[in-house]
Amino acid sequence: MEGMAGQKSGLVWAVNIAAFLLVLLWTIPTLGLLVSSFRDRDQILTSGWWQSFSPQEATGFVRTGTGDDAVQQDGLYVIEGTVLEEGQTLIGWGTRAREPAAFEPGETAEIGDGWQVTVAEDGTYRMTSPTPFEMRRGERIFVTTGAPARLTTENYNRVLTAEGLGRAFMNTLTVTIPATVIPILIAAFAAYALAWMEFPGRALLTAAVVGLLVVPLQVALIPLLRLHNELGIGKGYLGIWLAHTGFGLPLAIYLLRNYMVGLPREVIESARVDGATEFQIFRRIILPLSFPALASFAIFQFLWVWNDLLVATVFLGNTREQLVMTGVLRELMGSKGGEWEVLATSAFISIAVPLVVFFAMQKYLVRGLLAGSVKGG
Amino acid sequence: MELFWLAVGTIAVGVFGCVAWFWGSNWILDRIYPPRGLNAGDNIRKANQIRPWLFLGPAILFLTAYLVYPIFDSLWRSVHNARGTDFVGPSNYAWLMGDGKFRESMRNNLVWLLVVPALSTLFGLLAAQLTDRLKWGNIGKSLIFMPMAISFVGAGVIWKFIYEYREPGENQIGLLNAIVQALGGDPQLWLTLIPWNNLFLMIVLVWIQTGFAMVILSAALRGIPEETIEAAILDGASPWQVFFKIKVPQIMGTIAVVWTTVTIVVLKVFDIVFVMTNGQWGTQVLANLMYDWMFRGTPDYGRGSAIAIVLMALVTPIMIWNIVNAQREVR
Amino acid sequence: MADLTLAGVAKSYGEVHVLKDINLDIASGEFIVFVGPSGCGKSTLLRMIAGLERISAGTLAIDGQRMNDIPPSQRGIAMVFQSYALYPHMTVRDNMAFALKIAGKSRAEVQEATDRAGRMLQLTPYLDRLPKALSGGQRQRVAIGRAIVRDPKVYLFDEPLSNLDAALRVATRIEIAQLKAAMPDRTMIYVTHDQTEAMTLADRIVVLAGGGIAQVGAPLELYERPVNEFVAGFIGSPAMNLLPGRVTATGPLTTVQLDGGGIAQVAIPTRAGDEGMRVNLGVRPEDMRETDGPAIFEGTVDLTEALGEVTLLYFGTRGEGVPVIAKLPGIHPGLTGRVVRLTADPAALHLFHDGRSLLYRDGVELPPYQPRASAGMAMQPPA
Repeated sequence: MEGMAGQKSGLVWAVNIAAFLLVLLWTIPTLGLLVSSFRDRDQILTSGWWQSFSPQEATGFVRTGTGDDAVQQDGLYVIEGTVLEEGQTLIGWGTRAREPAAFEPGETAEIGDGWQVTVAEDGTYRMTSPTPFEMRRGERIFVTTGAPARLTTENYNRVLTAEGLGRAFMNTLTVTIPATVIPILIAAFAAYALAWMEFPGRALLTAAVVGLLVVPLQVALIPLLRLHNELGIGKGYLGIWLAHTGFGLPLAIYLLRNYMVGLPREVIESARVDGATEFQIFRRIILPLSFPALASFAIFQFLWVWNDLLVATVFLGNTREQLVMTGVLRELMGSKGGEWEVLATSAFISIAVPLVVFFAMQKYLVRGLLAGSVKGG
Repeated sequence: MELFWLAVGTIAVGVFGCVAWFWGSNWILDRIYPPRGLNAGDNIRKANQIRPWLFLGPAILFLTAYLVYPIFDSLWRSVHNARGTDFVGPSNYAWLMGDGKFRESMRNNLVWLLVVPALSTLFGLLAAQLTDRLKWGNIGKSLIFMPMAISFVGAGVIWKFIYEYREPGENQIGLLNAIVQALGGDPQLWLTLIPWNNLFLMIVLVWIQTGFAMVILSAALRGIPEETIEAAILDGASPWQVFFKIKVPQIMGTIAVVWTTVTIVVLKVFDIVFVMTNGQWGTQVLANLMYDWMFRGTPDYGRGSAIAIVLMALVTPIMIWNIVNAQREVR
Repeated sequence: MADLTLAGVAKSYGEVHVLKDINLDIASGEFIVFVGPSGCGKSTLLRMIAGLERISAGTLAIDGQRMNDIPPSQRGIAMVFQSYALYPHMTVRDNMAFALKIAGKSRAEVQEATDRAGRMLQLTPYLDRLPKALSGGQRQRVAIGRAIVRDPKVYLFDEPLSNLDAALRVATRIEIAQLKAAMPDRTMIYVTHDQTEAMTLADRIVVLAGGGIAQVGAPLELYERPVNEFVAGFIGSPAMNLLPGRVTATGPLTTVQLDGGGIAQVAIPTRAGDEGMRVNLGVRPEDMRETDGPAIFEGTVDLTEALGEVTLLYFGTRGEGVPVIAKLPGIHPGLTGRVVRLTADPAALHLFHDGRSLLYRDGVELPPYQPRASAGMAMQPPA
């Protein structure tokens, strides 16, 4: 309706703004992960990712030394130390949690019992008392510190080498590619038979494929694991390839059949008049013409296998050598919940490949979705 | 590196195996019934009766072994004891009915079923309509669609950065708590906040599924005949009326498809709960409960399978609905 | 080079009988056109000849050899489809070469054949393009070229022009006629619902209706000697007017008293016993002319359509029945609302009883057909 007369510009603006907000809302979480993955490991713990480009102001506290650390100077008992870490600057300090920046650097605070604390600009503190310190735990000095924003690619180096994610990346790739290619081949033939060959039971088989689309694969885990054990496949790559092939087939057949049915009948008949056999028709006419549908399914299956956790956990095993990236992520979330930079970086590496595939082949993904929207998950 | 060769080898063997089967079996068939000569017609008819099964064979084998057989095997296990040695009748199901965790899972799944499809469809429709005629609409759509490509586990990590909690007064590093604190509220441990934590898990799935809903609904909106909209405008309908009285009724069928598709995803939801709360703090769902019984501690395949069968039963109505719809399309 | 025989051919899908008892002999080198209303089974018949549909009953023979069970590629036929059915992922050359490659022809042979077809159809500059880069007419020519390279004995065309616009349709029609002239010994079977194509292209037209053959004959024979009311109405546009009446005088010239009040002399012989018989008088709109004398039809003009070269007069458009239409050459302003009296040459009139023409009666030998020179034309050769 572009160019329609009398359109209100206010409405156009409202739509633009609303759409922008919606897009922002949907993008921010991923953006947060991306930014976080480049942050310094200390800064990530003390400030939100949205603050990563401004100097880092952080509050915390430092405990002073205890009575054992005190030395006698000029009749006073003195404890000295620093409240700052490498690279930090002191913005303010205090002695109570409520007021972490009550004092300027260089000022002196009275704590009571004649105790005095001075924190200098360089972060060194000096606590003095006329009587010996007798506390077993140090006093808390609350500090507000500043540090220059620091973005780094260190995390990526570290995660890819030391944390074993490189290995997991290879594992994932090893699982994904055969598990994407093999079902396509099997499904393409089956789809052609369902779409263009006459045989008894065709409608029934097609209905069965539609029905199998929604079977929760949780149902299949234990029976298949036992089946694999009995066949001697056990846990390993072969098992997971077969499993993903089986689970991916209904969607593959459904998508391809729907696409092939839509190919013009006359083209196929023409090939028949030209003397092509069924196999030649399939290979030289149907397969090339079905490329968009093949691409659609390939993307689906790729994303699904790459992102899968359940099937990999069950069929591949959980040793360090066998973990796929989703498995590593899961472990990290459990065991290294505190190491945010590792988590963020690993997560981003694991979603990077799907995102690249997604943006590069979005057209086919959308087309496939539209053709196969009966399927879920 | 040997892994790489293993992968390449598998692809080669798999692809070669498939091609060898299809090509070879067809070749043999054409040898047995050559499509020329005196009996050409007869031969072709016979060959054409056999050929579909050559094309379908591997697919049928896989579908049977990996989807059909497991359903029946699970059914069998669900009426047997933990190790599958003794028949126990419906006692696993009876136990389920009395189990607090199962009831919690059912209740949670039900709430998921109500909330996620509704919100996904609603946001999807909103996104589709809003971005439809904008110059930058396609970029916007891409960005909203993007979470579709992200694994549930990855999404879990992403949303950890939103829901993270720090003591009050500290610098909040979770976006949600930072906002709450900036507005003067108290930061919360969102993921342990019963019962609202369920909602925070659902939001993750809504975030992922909205793009799907948007893509489908956007195509449906575009499929509406432009003339009906122009006629409504000439009849004096406001943009709201055009949307709710002209557009939405015409895409009701698509909305139903989106709704059921998301419903199936929801029924099977596992990873999000598994990695974010693992079913603690009142967030258990069926798929995760089943995983617990099958793979944690001492496995009880009987109970696990019973839960699997319950899941299967829940998706069955949608399965039937899909089949009926697909059949109607064929005609 | 190839004659084709259909004997008792029938087609049914389960209980639905689409075609029944089709008997037809097609001589080598003939151009045969199947016409008929949509759903009459003409395309099905063509597809049965091609081998794309199984023949339910009867025999199809090409050159005396039974073909019922022979696959399409071995029947020596080539087919041009309505939608062209070009392979969208192959270039023009590959499209034309496909059948030859399948047949295992050598590279040089394939090259030679496609080059020749390209030259013949003026497609040489486009040989390396994909079909989507061609215009509709070019695609049509590729489809024909694909048939030509196989050098079949029988060409089958399934409504090949119906996807083209009007101007292109005329041009391509002429090209097909020239193609046929260049290959006099090749048999061509052509399906269309367009009677202009049928009339201009065919040696013989086969009119199909209701699952059977209504009439077979040369184009003008069908026009001038339609066997029944269906053929009479189907060939010619606007359709022949059918005026109900009763035979009042018999003999070499038959007199018919029309229910509408007119009287007509018809150059069709009747027997004495025919007096009083109910008949429908068939008169083509273009055979009608104004008269001051005795009229076949007299009525008030409801509507005129002035096309320039002719003027169409409509009578009785407001009533229940079928309107009567007359087609007068030239321009006739101001006729609407006036009463007009119309007559026609007795030799141009038709008589139908129970839907069948009285020309084709049992026991009557019809003289071989000779085209009748139009009475209205000024170009009659001097006697």
